[in-house]
Amino acid sequence: MKTIKTAFASMLATGGVALMSTAALAAGADLGGAEKQPTNWHAIVMFVIFVGMTLGITYWAAKRTKTAADFYAAGGGITGFQNGLAIAGDYMSAASFLGISALVYGSGYDGLIFSVGWLVGWPIILFLIAERLRNLGKYTFADVASYRLARMPVRTFAATGSLIVVIFYLIGQMVGAGQLIKLLFGMDYIYAVMIVGALMMVYVTFGGMVATTWVQIIKAGLLLCGATFIAFGVMSKFGFSFEALFVKAVEVHPKHGAIMAPGALVSNPVDAISLGMALMFGTAGLPHILMRFFTVPDAKEARKSVFYATGFIGYFYILTFIIGFGAITLVATNPEYIDAVKGGMNLKGGNNMAAVWLAHAIGGDMFLGFISAVAFATILAVVSGLTLAGASAISHDLYASVIMHGQATEGKEVTVSKIASICLGVIAVLLGLIFEKQNVAFIVALTFSVAASANFPVLVLSMFWGGLTTRGAVIGGSIGLLMSVIMVVLSKAVWVQSFGFQAEIFPYAYPALFSVPAAFFFSWLFSILDNSPRAAQERAAFEAQAIRSETGLGAEGAAAH
Amino acid sequence: MKSPAQTAQHLASVDHIRNNPKFAELVRKRTTFAWTLSIIILVIYYGFIAVIAFDKAWLGTPLGAGIVTTIGFPIGVGVILAAIILTGVYVYRANGEFDEINRQIIEESR
Repeated sequence: MKTIKTAFASMLATGGVALMSTAALAAGADLGGAEKQPTNWHAIVMFVIFVGMTLGITYWAAKRTKTAADFYAAGGGITGFQNGLAIAGDYMSAASFLGISALVYGSGYDGLIFSVGWLVGWPIILFLIAERLRNLGKYTFADVASYRLARMPVRTFAATGSLIVVIFYLIGQMVGAGQLIKLLFGMDYIYAVMIVGALMMVYVTFGGMVATTWVQIIKAGLLLCGATFIAFGVMSKFGFSFEALFVKAVEVHPKHGAIMAPGALVSNPVDAISLGMALMFGTAGLPHILMRFFTVPDAKEARKSVFYATGFIGYFYILTFIIGFGAITLVATNPEYIDAVKGGMNLKGGNNMAAVWLAHAIGGDMFLGFISAVAFATILAVVSGLTLAGASAISHDLYASVIMHGQATEGKEVTVSKIASICLGVIAVLLGLIFEKQNVAFIVALTFSVAASANFPVLVLSMFWGGLTTRGAVIGGSIGLLMSVIMVVLSKAVWVQSFGFQAEIFPYAYPALFSVPAAFFFSWLFSILDNSPRAAQERAAFEAQAIRSETGLGAEGAAAH
Repeated sequence: MKSPAQTAQHLASVDHIRNNPKFAELVRKRTTFAWTLSIIILVIYYGFIAVIAFDKAWLGTPLGAGIVTTIGFPIGVGVILAAIILTGVYVYRANGEFDEINRQIIEESR
């Protein structure tokens, strides 16, 4: 019987990274065994052009980054459309591009199920979170959570949750980057990881949020153009008829008609729902996504950015779906791309290469180089956003609010943030090297589960429920955090695959179905049991907070400049 | 932190908004709308997941005799489009109707 666990495992081996759009390179068990390819000069030249361009932007951004608001939030001067592209860029990682198309290539319809799961969190973010977040916060989501609660414990908790998510996410991205670059560029793992680390430090420390956002916007534009071109090329070969494309795919794919329906991927309802919860609520608890809502001037633009982001991401997922089927029809049928030893549908360099080889089949060497360079750029952009989010948690939440009790000067705070960015960069490179040969499949489950079980409940309750107190938020959130970490450790991905025990203790891949309700429940319980005078004040302060969160009165506006 | 939250003018505004019936109306309308749309997308998504978990063969039904495309494709793409359309609907109403009420509330509180 194929349970979802074995289904996940086989997907990790075939579709690899697809498990998670952004963190998913982490899950690339397949990339983990990436063969070093011959040096790809087209790709390297195009990547150098991209890096030159982004360094130019960083130079321009550095001149405009003077205040803390510039550094953390691009001075609130990003439009809804630009922010929508940047958010989409955070989401459309190399992992989702290569991973989902590989998943579609390997199992057809199952790829669509994952795409849908990643998209549906966005409407929820819009309806319930985006405008309140923008109206209440300044630079980090901890601003919102601690708006009427005690600063020190809540910020310490929020920063801890953010840093856990950021650091593990970084590990996934760095390991993925190293493997991918080895695969696409024919470059050694260690150099690849160091290049990513060095460039990311330059973008973040010199250019702050302005550079980080524009790097993401440019990359998102390049990726959307590249994917559109491939999908267009595929459809033009089939007279723009999906039916014709599917007929050919069913004919040549060894699974034949089975690729047209859900396969083994989702067979256990508990894991299906738990995964759905982790994806949906985890997205709304990712610090590097949440911080983007502070880069727009007001709630109106914050809403627009989610609409554009959802549109771009949805469009992109439909493209990856066409690309996956295109690879079945145009790549799997061409012996040039098939691994000579393994045969069958196994592609040279692994099945994550499906989109890359399809790019070659459609546009030749130059286009292959272009797509490879875009994939590298993608990792760079995502990693920069993560680093900035982590650095903000350290400088704005821990240093300025907890250690200095809100007495730090703006200049000092930004300096601390820059130092923190460099430290995070070094840590990311080191962890990337340490985890090179490790099985990092657990990272996806861990980051999204922590985001969904620790950050999300506290954020939502602080905005919607006047009864929440500091004690409730910290205890409830910490229980969610601990439960999600412990359950992931006890799950198969870590307990069996990393630690080598016989059988897993926690039977599911994702703990969200259990840890998210637990976090909500204990936040509620410890809040209503809290009879301290402090708690009474906090409850009384909710009305003023609600007025600001609903109307935006007194919200941090775009910095005047 | 010298936010406007501390000024007397601001406190007067907050007081005024609290007693403005339009504020209660805005919160009620927007909250109802947001939760209604949230429930719609949750039902659509978890309905989709439930079909996959409990009756996935149904999604493999061809769209017609002699056609390879299965019913699962328009449904899956439909969920993606529903997410985009629902966000569009919310932004349209929030940035138009609701923001107009909000503007009036702020204006009257001055």
